Amino acid sequence: MIEVVAPGLYTTIQDAGRPGLQHYGVPVQGAADMAALVLGNRLVGNPPGAAALEATLQGPTLRFHVETVIAVTGADLGAMLNAQPLPVGQTVRVRPGDVLSFRGGRRGCRAYICVAGGIDVPVVLGGRSTDPLAGLGGLPGAPGRPLRAGGRVPVGRPPASMHRLLGRRVRWVFVPDRFVARVVPGPQEDFFPREAIREFFTSEYEVTAASDRMGLRLAGPPVRRLPGEMLSEGQPLGAVQVPPSGQPLVLLAGRATVGGYPKLGIVVTPDVSLLAQARPGDRIRFRPISGRDAEELYRHWWRLLHAETVITQPR
Amino acid sequence: MKRGGSPRSDRPVRRARYVRAGDCGLYVYFEQVIDPGVNRRVRELASRLRRAALPGVADIVPSYAAVYVRYDPLVTSFDEVAARCRLLEAGLDGPEPLAPRVYLLPTVYGGEYGPDLEEVARYHGLAPEEVVRLHSSTDYYIYFIGFTPGFPFLGGLSPRLATPRREVPRTRVPAGSVGIAGSQTGVYPVSSPGGWRLIGRTPVPLFRPDREPPAVLEPGHYVRFVPVTEDEFHRIRAAVAAGKYEVETAPANGSRETGRGAGGTGPGGTRP
Repeated sequence: MIEVVAPGLYTTIQDAGRPGLQHYGVPVQGAADMAALVLGNRLVGNPPGAAALEATLQGPTLRFHVETVIAVTGADLGAMLNAQPLPVGQTVRVRPGDVLSFRGGRRGCRAYICVAGGIDVPVVLGGRSTDPLAGLGGLPGAPGRPLRAGGRVPVGRPPASMHRLLGRRVRWVFVPDRFVARVVPGPQEDFFPREAIREFFTSEYEVTAASDRMGLRLAGPPVRRLPGEMLSEGQPLGAVQVPPSGQPLVLLAGRATVGGYPKLGIVVTPDVSLLAQARPGDRIRFRPISGRDAEELYRHWWRLLHAETVITQPR
Repeated sequence: MKRGGSPRSDRPVRRARYVRAGDCGLYVYFEQVIDPGVNRRVRELASRLRRAALPGVADIVPSYAAVYVRYDPLVTSFDEVAARCRLLEAGLDGPEPLAPRVYLLPTVYGGEYGPDLEEVARYHGLAPEEVVRLHSSTDYYIYFIGFTPGFPFLGGLSPRLATPRREVPRTRVPAGSVGIAGSQTGVYPVSSPGGWRLIGRTPVPLFRPDREPPAVLEPGHYVRFVPVTEDEFHRIRAAVAAGKYEVETAPANGSRETGRGAGGTGPGGTRP
């Protein structure tokens, strides 16, 4: 069990989400930065989609009551194990009484605390992710809610041979120096004059403080769109929506299943993981990519995420 | 009982349009209108896709006039999924496969349950009783479920009841609230913030994560709001809490009954 001493700004339990239930209105949810979740789980010997803690900007303070192996991936929020700095992307053994805290950091938005054996809360509708919209997942008795002080987070049994997990590191860029997201144009290109699309791809947008797990709310040159309404339809991860204000939103893991704002394009999945690390004030640029190239890029990214060579073992 | 829209027969059938959505999805677009006849084709394609269980197809999300499909690019591709969909598109215009039914949702109108009823009545120059009569005398067609868990997108609100949203949304709308927003009416299955004009509340839960399927209402059928007293509301709510209440249904044009829908395609297995 892990005791929540202080919950941090917004810390939730997330896994690979609840795909396949969107036609019932159940949002997918899951880790906002899926690459960080997969790699963190691989480090500690879990299945790639096991449940972990997703911390936002200010991490929690946690006291361990088990002996296990953990790794922190994603953003560098200044993790400390007891008094020692804990670098992003490497495994460490924890013992009962050890305290993991975060003193803050400047790079990235979301850190993943992955524990050997996974976070072992009950599975609801095929997933353990916390869903505030549906009131699902999270700690028993607090469905849909983030961690609170005093909470007790159950963890699964770690593997018998913990020592083989120690000293493992991952080689991955979780937070890029500059955010450049590749976008497949469409499906509502008709809503945007050609000139407006060109402007979008040559402008820079700032992430505002109104952003959350549902989406990045951006501020920048307004995207001009034609008047008119469209019918609500399913909305993909990474969709770049343009409401009447012209200030675009990029939809993340916590989005609702349908929406009615025209979509200028869809950010490719690998870059959605990167955008999940953009914090308020960060600047984003967008580049167009063809659908065929985007599919190929996805395949390459996924193979790399699961490649042996990404994780280094100590000699 | 008025029906909230019957399939238009004069609508020419056009082939669907396939549009890529990012690196792992596509939209199948039908004619972009809110029309039960078009929506029937959407539902039929979605259910054929589900039955076909194409390798790599991960999510099938029907809406008014489109189906969004998410696939795994490691297993398949846009070209392959689009080609398979095209094959399934043939003969989408056959007879309606569902025997349409009406879910009867007991609803308390007005008071603390529907705090905006008086305002809606004033807006239209109607007596509150007349708003209730109009609202509860239509069978509303269920186009699709989405946005939040179990939320039905309904068609057929009387134009005489169309009312703009509240200027300032409420921070919390209780689950079961029945409201009006523009030309739409609907029910909030889970508590959430919201700007709809609330005219009543139903004790019937529309989202039950411990059931299969978790959404109680099934697209293609209808919803009717049945006015009940506060006492009846509390009686039903207690029965729901005790696990002893199942939503009642009626054939779309017949007498009232409870229980299972018509075979496997009815409003699914609502009796224990």
